[in-house]
Amino acid sequence: MYAGECYKQIGTSGNTEEMKMHEVHKDPFIEELIAITGQDPAQCYQCGKCSAGCPVREFAEDAPNRVVRYVQLGFYDKALQSNTVWLCAGCQTCSGRCPKDFHLAQFMDAMREMGTKRHIVTKEKKTVAFHESFLDQIKWNGRSHEFGMVLEYKLKTMDLFKDVDLVPGMLSRGKLSILPEKIKDGNSVKKLFKEKE
Amino acid sequence: MKIGVFICYCGENIGRTVDCAAVAKATAMLPGVAHSEDYKYMCSDPGQNLIKQAILDKKLDAIVVGSCSPHMHEKTFRKAAAAAGVNPYMVEIVNLREHCSWIHDDIPSATKKAIDLMRIAIEKVKRNDPLTPIRVPVTKRALVIGGGISGIQAALDVANAGYEVVLVEKEPSIGGHMSQLSETFPTLDCSQCILTPRMVEVYQHPKIKLYAYSEVSNVEGFIGNFSVTIRRKARGVRDEVCTGCGLCVQKCPIKKAQNSFEEGMAIRPAMYVPFPQAVPNIPVIDREVCTYYKNGKCQMCKKVCGRDAIDFEQQDTFVTEAIGAIIVATGYKLYTIDKKPENSLIKGYGEYGYGMYKDVVNGLQFERIASASGPTNGEILRPSDKSEPKKIVFIQCVGSRDEAKGFTYCSKICCMYTAKHAMLYKHKVHDGEAYVFYMDIRSGGKMYEEFVRRAIEEDGVKYIRGRVSKIYEDDGKLVVKGEDTIAGMPVTINADMVVLATAMIAQSEAPQLAQMLGVPYDTYGFLQEVHPKLRPVETSTGGIFLAGACHSPRDIPECVAMASAAAAKTMVLFGSDMLEREPVVAKVHADTCAGCFYCQKVCAYSAIERKEIRNRQGELIKTIAYVNEGLCQGCGTCNATCPSKSVELIGFNDEQIFNEILALDEVF
Repeated sequence: MYAGECYKQIGTSGNTEEMKMHEVHKDPFIEELIAITGQDPAQCYQCGKCSAGCPVREFAEDAPNRVVRYVQLGFYDKALQSNTVWLCAGCQTCSGRCPKDFHLAQFMDAMREMGTKRHIVTKEKKTVAFHESFLDQIKWNGRSHEFGMVLEYKLKTMDLFKDVDLVPGMLSRGKLSILPEKIKDGNSVKKLFKEKE
Repeated sequence: MKIGVFICYCGENIGRTVDCAAVAKATAMLPGVAHSEDYKYMCSDPGQNLIKQAILDKKLDAIVVGSCSPHMHEKTFRKAAAAAGVNPYMVEIVNLREHCSWIHDDIPSATKKAIDLMRIAIEKVKRNDPLTPIRVPVTKRALVIGGGISGIQAALDVANAGYEVVLVEKEPSIGGHMSQLSETFPTLDCSQCILTPRMVEVYQHPKIKLYAYSEVSNVEGFIGNFSVTIRRKARGVRDEVCTGCGLCVQKCPIKKAQNSFEEGMAIRPAMYVPFPQAVPNIPVIDREVCTYYKNGKCQMCKKVCGRDAIDFEQQDTFVTEAIGAIIVATGYKLYTIDKKPENSLIKGYGEYGYGMYKDVVNGLQFERIASASGPTNGEILRPSDKSEPKKIVFIQCVGSRDEAKGFTYCSKICCMYTAKHAMLYKHKVHDGEAYVFYMDIRSGGKMYEEFVRRAIEEDGVKYIRGRVSKIYEDDGKLVVKGEDTIAGMPVTINADMVVLATAMIAQSEAPQLAQMLGVPYDTYGFLQEVHPKLRPVETSTGGIFLAGACHSPRDIPECVAMASAAAAKTMVLFGSDMLEREPVVAKVHADTCAGCFYCQKVCAYSAIERKEIRNRQGELIKTIAYVNEGLCQGCGTCNATCPSKSVELIGFNDEQIFNEILALDEVF
């Protein structure tokens, strides 16, 4: 083999085995994040293209790239407490345009999951309550049940009377059903949740 | 046979884990060994003298040195042996450092391994033959592929040293991308003004033969002895009679062809000279546009030409040149993002709207807009309505450093040329506002950082750190949405014009050329050097050198430096009449070769040829394989493939290898 050929191999995927030998042990938080999303936040080089295209940027406390920065620097609580995590609409514009192919929408989803698990209190209490109420319905019924969700959300936020005047109209037009429609194989969804937890 | 053994401590490198004295003692007992000793630095002058003295005192026939890798000091020890009268190929090097001491830590077992390695080499050296290097003649004539600034510099350097040069350029004129530039950083001197004298010098140089509008179509041979076929594309104009008066260009009625020199921002006739200072100043017919080639009509150029130089029936011709060294200077291409290129690695930049919005231009287009000879005569006017943009946005790293779109590398020149663009804009549009979106500013180079600071501090260009997400048109303005990552604030600029600093990429034909030349190239099509630090202009194929942006993105000063380096390497090659090379090549035994030519099929260097064996009456007895020693690299693939064991690799023949293995027999 001549020298030039040898560089070519190193340049491509030739030395993956060697790479594994030198694997660095990551912080448990980062390891958990990698386990959920399959990607390391160290990948991000902070160009800010995600923030530049983010539709909820102007309502958020921190630019999305800044949340990644907090995680890169180890300020996990600061990142989890940021309302950006909860305001993220999941439109995936950031993921689509990222020059490093970092799936930021997935990262934000993982942050929500990890924040919930750690009982992190953020300013976006209502958003969190909505998030949990929605997921609970999926867990119990296998699909969304609006009435149950509204009920749980209202109990969680104690904002009992907002939009109540809409209920009769929705009921009469069949937009709300009191009892949930269950799916055929509800156990499989419960199993999915169990696996995740 | 009397063999001398020398064990080096390499300071502590070997001595730390291998008991060198014990190795010397053990090897002294082996049959054939007449002398054995150890020393702290065998490569030092006193160390070499030890070897020379031992050879003279004990009349040694061969030596084995246990030291570092043969890459480091094989030459040193061979020279020492030769100085004392031993054939240099009777020297074997055992790599006790990389293969033993550096990779083990247990002293007794490392010492044992060192003794075993020495035993293997001693068994081999017993069967070595004295060899002489192969000598091949050198044709002192260089081929330079590509007539941009790198090719021009390389050609001039080699020619000024007194050697003949053949310069091949695929475009109708030499000059390359540099001829398109307006001004150059960091001095802001006019690109054409410094380039065109060089172009004329090439044209007038008695030692340079210029083939413009030509391509290399075939390369055969090896270092010092290449045979290169060049395809001269048909211009439709006979260059030997054309005076370059330009009347045909003026009179050509078809004036709607895309002007590629102006990056598509102007039109030109079907009969054209790329730019006024073109070298050679001979027009070309664009056969795709000219009506004569469509329906046989017009022939206006033929009617007006006073020299009868127009030849519509002209065909491509082929010339073959004998060449000793090749300098590849094929340059780069700008990443065009309007169309998706054939290379599937590249994805488009739909979010920046290049090709969709007229006022979003790339770096080379802005060069033409800012150039005094360009489509706007040097006035900064935007392409859509020819008005002066009052707010202009420059975006860096478009394509570069963007894994998702296909390039991980930094194009290196964009930081500098963007600063230059912004400066040129501010110098011409005094009341204008210029914004630059960047990720990092990479301005390493003499006076480079100062240049960027000048753009920011003196010319008031506003630099914003952050990548732009999207550009869209709204009410005649280009809305640029970005984020200032330093302030942590979203930024929206309603711009009149946007300039994208797009990546430098390899020429699309680069891989084919590389395959023709036998030169490795990387994933992106950039050609590969032998060693990234110590041999940056040489390729793994002897006699082929690299210059300029065909190797990696680089700016003009670096291209010129690299071209001069490649020229210097060529002159080193031409400095001697004969070339010497290692005699480690394959040899075919004519009496046993059955002529199956399996060896020819597996040879990676096309070194195996067919040879006819005839009797005295001239009748063909058989056709056998024959090794061209100039091409053979001694890899041994033919040796391993031959079913009748008729191929021998000189210096590594079967007897030597088997005895090395047998020496190991005692180990197991």
